[in-house]
Amino acid sequence: MSTSLSAAAPVPETTDSGSAGSHLPDEVRLSLYETMVLSRTFEEAILREYHADKGPGFDIGKGLVPGEMHLSAGQEPVAAGVCAHLTTDDAVTATHRPHHFAVAHGVDLRKMTAEIFGRETGLGRGRGGHMHLFDPDTHFSCSGIIAEGYPPALGMAFAFRRRGTDRIAVAVTGEGAANQGAFHESLNLAALWRLPVVFVVEDNEWGISVARTASTAVASNADRAAGYGIPGVRVEDNDVEAVHAEAAKAVARARAGEGPSLIEVATLRMWGHFEGDAQGYRPELDSVAGLDPIPRYEQRLREAGVLDDAVVARVKESASARVEDAVAFAKSSPTPDPTDVMTYVFAEGAAR
Amino acid sequence: MTLTESPVPPPRADRRLSTSKAMVEAIALEMDRDDAVIYLGEDVGAYGGIFSSTTGLLERFGKDRVIDTPISETAFVGLGIGAATEGLRPIVELMFADFMGVTLDQIYNHMAKIHYFSGGNVKVPMALTTAVGGGYSDGGQHSQCLWGTFAHLPGMKVVVPATPADAKGLMTSAIRDDSPVVYMFHKGIMGLPWMAKNRRSIDVVPEGEHLVPIGRANVVHEGSDITVVTLSLSVHHALDVAEKLAGEGIGVEVLDLRSLVPLDREAILTSVGKTGRLVVVDEDYLSYGLSGEVVATVVEHDPTMLKAVQRLAMPDVPIPYAHDLEYAVLPRQDKIEAAVRRALG
Repeated sequence: MSTSLSAAAPVPETTDSGSAGSHLPDEVRLSLYETMVLSRTFEEAILREYHADKGPGFDIGKGLVPGEMHLSAGQEPVAAGVCAHLTTDDAVTATHRPHHFAVAHGVDLRKMTAEIFGRETGLGRGRGGHMHLFDPDTHFSCSGIIAEGYPPALGMAFAFRRRGTDRIAVAVTGEGAANQGAFHESLNLAALWRLPVVFVVEDNEWGISVARTASTAVASNADRAAGYGIPGVRVEDNDVEAVHAEAAKAVARARAGEGPSLIEVATLRMWGHFEGDAQGYRPELDSVAGLDPIPRYEQRLREAGVLDDAVVARVKESASARVEDAVAFAKSSPTPDPTDVMTYVFAEGAAR
Repeated sequence: MTLTESPVPPPRADRRLSTSKAMVEAIALEMDRDDAVIYLGEDVGAYGGIFSSTTGLLERFGKDRVIDTPISETAFVGLGIGAATEGLRPIVELMFADFMGVTLDQIYNHMAKIHYFSGGNVKVPMALTTAVGGGYSDGGQHSQCLWGTFAHLPGMKVVVPATPADAKGLMTSAIRDDSPVVYMFHKGIMGLPWMAKNRRSIDVVPEGEHLVPIGRANVVHEGSDITVVTLSLSVHHALDVAEKLAGEGIGVEVLDLRSLVPLDREAILTSVGKTGRLVVVDEDYLSYGLSGEVVATVVEHDPTMLKAVQRLAMPDVPIPYAHDLEYAVLPRQDKIEAAVRRALG
């Protein structure tokens, strides 16, 4: 891992060794692995169900899971590494590619799956869909609009601090969002008011089909933190333990009332921008599978003696059981009643 | 007057306040009542709000609750949304409604949709206040009403008080509502010392707790010959016309909508059912706007109710700067009177 730090800010101690995180207790390493496997297993199931009934041909609006589908396979190290430091009292605002953060933050799998299937039992009773997941139990939300999940995170952090707690908000975007005004306004305001926010940028190198090098004037969005006087760090290698180490500092800083930090992670979008994306714009697609962070981490943990065949099998079976239970729950859940479509536009009857 | 002749406070029923003081009184009462209520926006602290929407609140409630923000509408409107979802009851001021464009995503994609997307599980109890209206040569980026735009986008209630008492009552209701409420105050009724004042911008305001329900229109002048449906500053212009025409024996009923969302369609139908003639006066743009919505409400209900209809709204042109040009498009008394006479045939 290499780091790129803001010179202007009070920066916490940094780790610049490739062995960052290697001193983590085995149970933490195993937990990171389990989170990544659960997330991947979940998305593999969504992928399967998504494509199950799209034919003949490919009709995006057909099937058990209709609409656009943005999967986060390859980006699990970011969510696992960051969310390991959070409790469900902390807030996460994620992107249109939200599943790995939702899984890592502990959103109920059944309710999330049901929402993705558009069922009445879903997080939003079928009104939101996979880009609009809102879970008050874990303070998780996401937005389909690039960078626009950042400003609400400031408000969550503001509310937490005003209540005198050490709860924090984590705001996630992709690297393409770092060119949006909302990104910069949010960094400025959070820094100005020293809000307990951790800004996370997932650099998967692609804003749909446009490469980072064609969209972003700086090599590292972490450098942009310097413009707002806050620490910025870039994790280069999609390494869950390196993310975990940097997130530890940022989260501690936020909890201590020292203000926001920015972490950019060089990560990997293994699959297309959305399902159905043939990725003709993407060279060397064949090499992507070899960069998959989960087998890499699994191998590392095997070498460290944390994992063996039996543990791997148990982790994968457990993840599969949980995911298939959630899928079964979603499939057996009722679809929303169309005569009820106008309900929930307003919060009637609950005014204080 | 000598010191011994100190003025006696007026009796409660006669107490008169400007619209801005009535607004501030409502906010202060709610901030006293519930410490989750905060107010944030540009120049709302020491300045007291460019249009005196927060005068004195900083001194009374401190900078932790009356908060000056950077000029950064996307960030601070979004901050209000996040704070609301986590249990605060923020009032967020967008200085001019004309600035909605720079933060529209937060308003219509987030503030207005989160409750629906969450299937009712996440509430956004937030009031978004904003100044509207022209008439003082502030040009086309600082004079629009735009309430039709907010009202067109689902998920936010939209209230537009015309009187000091309603300014207080609707503000109280907006703060207590668990849905996002856009509260639009016209500069021309605030009673500002540096702007031509409408004579009704200072009026009787109830003391203590005062709520005006959101979504209920108000008959502010009764008449049986013709209905004028309007809102905000135009209510006062319509009242001027109604009073003038009463001298000619013409009964003009003036209906102050007070809310665009929900729209009190029943009140519209009741009044038009009585008079059979309708004039809609709207300081927002004509096409695809409120005036069409009101007329359609009547026509869809029963087209035979209408013997005559006139729409008077801002023509579809950017609001001009020069005084004579601006007054050529504003729906003021002369145009309202002419529209009423046309409708009366």
